[in-house]
Amino acid sequence: MSDLRDLYQDVILEHSKAPRNFREMAAANHKAEGFNPLCGDRFTVYLDLDGDSIRDIAFQGSGCAISKASASMMTQILKGKTREQAEALFERFHDLVTGQKNAARVNAPELGKLAVFSGVSEFPVRVKCATLAWHTLHAALEGKQEAVSTE
Amino acid sequence: MTTAANKLQSERGDIVHAAARNGGNSLDVEKIRADFPILRQRIHGKSLVYLDNAATSQKPQVVLDRIQRYYTQENANIHRGVHFLSELATKAHDEARRTVQSFLNAGRTEEIIFVRGTTEAINLVAQTYGRTHVGAGDEVLITGMEHHSNIVPWQILCEEKGARLRVAPIDDRGELLLDEFEKLLGPQTKIVAVTHVSNALGTVTPIARMIEMAHRRNIPVLVDGAQAVPHLKVDVEALDCDFYAFSGHKLYGPTGIGILFGKTALLDAMPPYQAGGDMISSVTFEKTIYNKLPFKFEAGTPDIAGAIALGTAITYLNEVGIDKVAAHEHDLLEYATERVSAIPGVRLVGTAKEKAGVLSFVMGDIHPHDIGTILDQEGIAIRTGHHCSQPVMHRFNIPATARASFAMYNTREEVDVLVRGIEKVRKVFA
Repeated sequence: MSDLRDLYQDVILEHSKAPRNFREMAAANHKAEGFNPLCGDRFTVYLDLDGDSIRDIAFQGSGCAISKASASMMTQILKGKTREQAEALFERFHDLVTGQKNAARVNAPELGKLAVFSGVSEFPVRVKCATLAWHTLHAALEGKQEAVSTE
Repeated sequence: MTTAANKLQSERGDIVHAAARNGGNSLDVEKIRADFPILRQRIHGKSLVYLDNAATSQKPQVVLDRIQRYYTQENANIHRGVHFLSELATKAHDEARRTVQSFLNAGRTEEIIFVRGTTEAINLVAQTYGRTHVGAGDEVLITGMEHHSNIVPWQILCEEKGARLRVAPIDDRGELLLDEFEKLLGPQTKIVAVTHVSNALGTVTPIARMIEMAHRRNIPVLVDGAQAVPHLKVDVEALDCDFYAFSGHKLYGPTGIGILFGKTALLDAMPPYQAGGDMISSVTFEKTIYNKLPFKFEAGTPDIAGAIALGTAITYLNEVGIDKVAAHEHDLLEYATERVSAIPGVRLVGTAKEKAGVLSFVMGDIHPHDIGTILDQEGIAIRTGHHCSQPVMHRFNIPATARASFAMYNTREEVDVLVRGIEKVRKVFA
């Protein structure tokens, strides 16, 4: 049996209650909306890109603890990163929450605090929650106009 | 049982279900539970507490056996063969239609159309009756608590025809504002399509009065009965509704089979929905003559086993007694309402006076999805999300709810397990 505590780690609960960078960003030069039609989670990710570098990042919206904490921690880790680094991190994060066996990649030190999301891999239906903000980020970086959906 | 044994059992997550408490005329819930093999399962090491019946109900052994028997002993195509098995299958299929007819108290078997489910039934009416009767400037009236399947087919129709979809509002308890509903009935209204019981809120709508109001203006009424038939006695003749739709799988029957009841005069005048085998009486390349009712609306080889098994499910429900089932579920809903609403931080969504089968709730900032995951770990199956009723969620300004929904085999002890589960949710998010 998978342990609930593996999923709802303290760091995740804390971020879900007090999400960081949880604001609208008027100066955003990139933004995208993402939603999970199954559960109604909906987030907007705002980016202020300076060339290829993320000068500022913020998000708004509503969702479950996992999706909100994931969005919050994503914004923390990405500030100051380049576009390329952000996409690479998304890949590592995706491997982590989907339980990819490639340990070298999952244990990538660059994931840092995001490692707390490893428990998500025991709850396959929650993978979409954990990755919603990242998919939205990806769309914002690509400059897509249409809202992305996890479906 | 000794205390030690009791303790051991509760550690294993077993539940001792007491008999229903409705006095002498009560259900033998233990006996009923024994009829549903899936309920014996353990989920994450705990006894399954299945409270997602509004999504789909579980199936009794007699229904499973009937499907098995059909395919092992009777399988053949219907209305086609002169051989023994084809006659046997046709007879069983016809018998199922008669069972449905008497279940709904419809006047004639011709008025019972087998479809895939409520969704297909509504689409059928929208695409046939709707397309021939709704034109530019006309209106279709629904309510603010419809399932998406009783919104979108009408939206598509209205878009195509340049017609307007009107929505009768609901109040904060989730009750229909009947006066507002009546005000929206006008000469432009060509059809009314309303739910009998709301899947997201549990509200039982005043369907008889709504039908009467519409009929005074000669407007036909389609009733979405998906959430009603498992919980209350439906009599289409007494209601005088023009169309009534429901799904077999919420009624202890298999998925993929459902019913559209329609009044003969309306069905007769409607063009066919789908074209193919069995819905025709003669075909030349110049002209096709359609088959008589109900076959005109049943193109192609139908879900024969599904229809027969639906008949078995209805017979099972009849034997238990729908009135007893309704009383038992009412008791459960009242008990659950009292216990769940007493939990600090829990708010019920849908508090209409007349409700059936559904307890929707939210817990402050805790997202229903998280509630669902934590309850799942306790073996409790509930639905979380918008329940395919996003406009209802918007009305209450929430993205989603957690929904426990009851069936005849649920018990007060299971409600207690749910309450303990919700307490656990509070602890995790404390």
